[in-house]
Amino acid sequence: MTTELTVARGRGVEPRPPRRADEDAKVPWRHRLTRLDVKYSPYLFIAPFFVLFAITGLFPLLYTAYVSLFDWELGADETPFIGVENYVTLATDDQFWNALVNTLSIFVLSSGPQVVVAVLLAVLLNTALRARTAWRMGVLLPYVASLVALTIIFGDLFGPQYGMINNLLEFFGFDRIDWQAERWWSHVAIATMVNWRWTGYNALIVLAAMQAIPRDVYEAAIVDGASRVRQFFSITLPLLRPTLIFVIVTSTIGGLQIFTEPKLFAPAGSSNGGATNQYQTVVLYMYQSGFQSQDLGYASAMAWVLFLIIIAIAGINFLLTRRLAGTGEG
Amino acid sequence: MRNRRAGLAKVVACTAVLAAVTAACGSGGSGASSDGKVELTVATFNEFGYEELFKEYEAANSNVKITHRKTGQGNPHHQNLFTKLGAGSGLADIEAVEEGYLSQVMAKSGQFNDLKEIGPADVRADRWLQWKTDAVTTKDGKLIGYGTDIGPLAMCYRKDLFEAAGLPSDPEGVKALFATWDAYFEAGDRYVKATGKPWFDSAAQIFNPMHNQAKVGYFDRDDKLVIETNDDKKIWEQVTGAVARGQSAKLVAWSPEWQNGFKQSAFATKTCPSWMLGVIEGNAGPEHKGHWAVTAAFPGGGGNWGGSYLTVPKQSKNAKEAAKLAAWLTAPEQQIKAFVAKGTFPSQTQALISPELLNKTNDYFGGEKVGLLFAEQANKVAGAQYKGPKDGEIQDNVIAPALQAVEQGKSADEGWQQVVEGAKKAAK
Repeated sequence: MTTELTVARGRGVEPRPPRRADEDAKVPWRHRLTRLDVKYSPYLFIAPFFVLFAITGLFPLLYTAYVSLFDWELGADETPFIGVENYVTLATDDQFWNALVNTLSIFVLSSGPQVVVAVLLAVLLNTALRARTAWRMGVLLPYVASLVALTIIFGDLFGPQYGMINNLLEFFGFDRIDWQAERWWSHVAIATMVNWRWTGYNALIVLAAMQAIPRDVYEAAIVDGASRVRQFFSITLPLLRPTLIFVIVTSTIGGLQIFTEPKLFAPAGSSNGGATNQYQTVVLYMYQSGFQSQDLGYASAMAWVLFLIIIAIAGINFLLTRRLAGTGEG
Repeated sequence: MRNRRAGLAKVVACTAVLAAVTAACGSGGSGASSDGKVELTVATFNEFGYEELFKEYEAANSNVKITHRKTGQGNPHHQNLFTKLGAGSGLADIEAVEEGYLSQVMAKSGQFNDLKEIGPADVRADRWLQWKTDAVTTKDGKLIGYGTDIGPLAMCYRKDLFEAAGLPSDPEGVKALFATWDAYFEAGDRYVKATGKPWFDSAAQIFNPMHNQAKVGYFDRDDKLVIETNDDKKIWEQVTGAVARGQSAKLVAWSPEWQNGFKQSAFATKTCPSWMLGVIEGNAGPEHKGHWAVTAAFPGGGGNWGGSYLTVPKQSKNAKEAAKLAAWLTAPEQQIKAFVAKGTFPSQTQALISPELLNKTNDYFGGEKVGLLFAEQANKVAGAQYKGPKDGEIQDNVIAPALQAVEQGKSADEGWQQVVEGAKKAAK
């Protein structure tokens, strides 16, 4: 249909002078509709995503940037423009830097072991196990369970006075650990919750990629006398690279936005992240500033800084992963 | 006047442009419905015991239709309140406000109606206990809320543990131990010495009522932070001293470990507002029935923890009718019905002498006449301490964590440094 139309009105075709005046009227309306259809309907089909994204993603993002330039207290009568002052305050705010260090520490403690364990778990799940599907479904169970319920259960387990983990430690002759008071151990406890939930999920993604690796590559390697370990490092890892990049970038984004776990790990659900903010994350501090101190401008500035940090770290991870997973090949 | 179809269209339109925050998208101040009735929305949290009262009011006032918006917990209710104050629309005609959030509401008092102005003329301030009304009166004399319930403080203690430690344990005998804070901490030392176990649940639960008894709070009347010059330093030293002598069980209130602590007999006394009796019963469980007792004494006089107000935001389109309903709900007769329904302890002087209240007993606490006891405690509350706009924030996010840090091993001086720095930052 399209071809017909273009040819009829194309440059190669001679014009039809006598009917030139009412030429438009002569093109049947259905053809014109078709032309519009071909030209614009693809945009219409993809529009819902972009419209929704513009409303729920882009607009809040830009509006947050706008708000961050004001002394914007929730419900205040006046919201004076203060330029970059919120950002300047942020740069000298010890609590923010403390929260950033906490976030990075919890992120490294969770994402690092998580990816390694996920890959190893995927290797195990990729072997000829009995009841393979059951095992594969099994590792996904922590992901299916409600995050809040999980966190509350873990909070109980890590309770300093009546928690089961301390009872076990004592039983085996170790010292009890104050999971709440000590900074490092509180990070370990929170990272444990994150790992518990996400390792299985990542393992399944890696497993799917592993199964897409052609068998003949391995067969060739076996013929060449490569060991299982050599196969893993020289074939599996390099060919998993795109998937690993995906897993690492998504876990970076998730890990730096961690909120629910530290929020509910606090004994009575406060947003302080411990008595001296020892496990307050950036998002938790942002929430506290915005909705408890009602300082929306400051919270918005924090949101933007976190946004930029996440982009930077995700970018670094992307480059690192590409390089590291690539070296096995050469 | 809006008809029902317009209402539906509004819902559809508002759903479609979810992100566009427009003034038209609120359900607050819903105006009048097609049949000419005045529609009033009332937003409460937890249990106010108003369900039957709404029906009664509707039956008596055929032109009023009440919609009840009930939130399970206080925190999300107030979050919603502040967000919609900020958005400029969406609030109910009557919004309940809890005492812990009152300082934040008072800071935005311009967005609430003065009930002296729009409320029924026969509602006078002497309906309530004076400190209850004072707390909700602005500096320039506007009344922005009608008092509903209160939480007068008494002392709860473990009879059996007191006996075992050689302390007096009958409600009259223990009163001397709870006469002043010095006597209280001294008794604590005796208890710790005799049993080796902590005396109270956590330092913050002791600091807060002590602080609230002081004449001057964190801020003076000009909203200047005075934490370094008021009594707080002295209170800080008393409380952290008791912590150092092993009196604190170091259990953060409302945490699962705290709840467990009641079962484990981790502490022997608890600062006890009227509503705490139910909390203790729930946490300690049937095996501790008869162990807990409550007495009509509180160190340093009296105190209050909790209780709410009904406010009418300026957003309401039927402010006068809303104020009328709020006045009716908070009248002594109605508040007694709410007390019978859900146990909310009334703040009205007339309600505090009603037989229904005074004859109320509690089996878990050995059949004690708790109605009479807490009515007595309510009258002991000295006056309303002035609260600055950031009062609640300093209490929850500065004092409580700093006390917890001391309980976790920080020195009292370093803890006080944390308080001063935190308070200055919050007040900025």
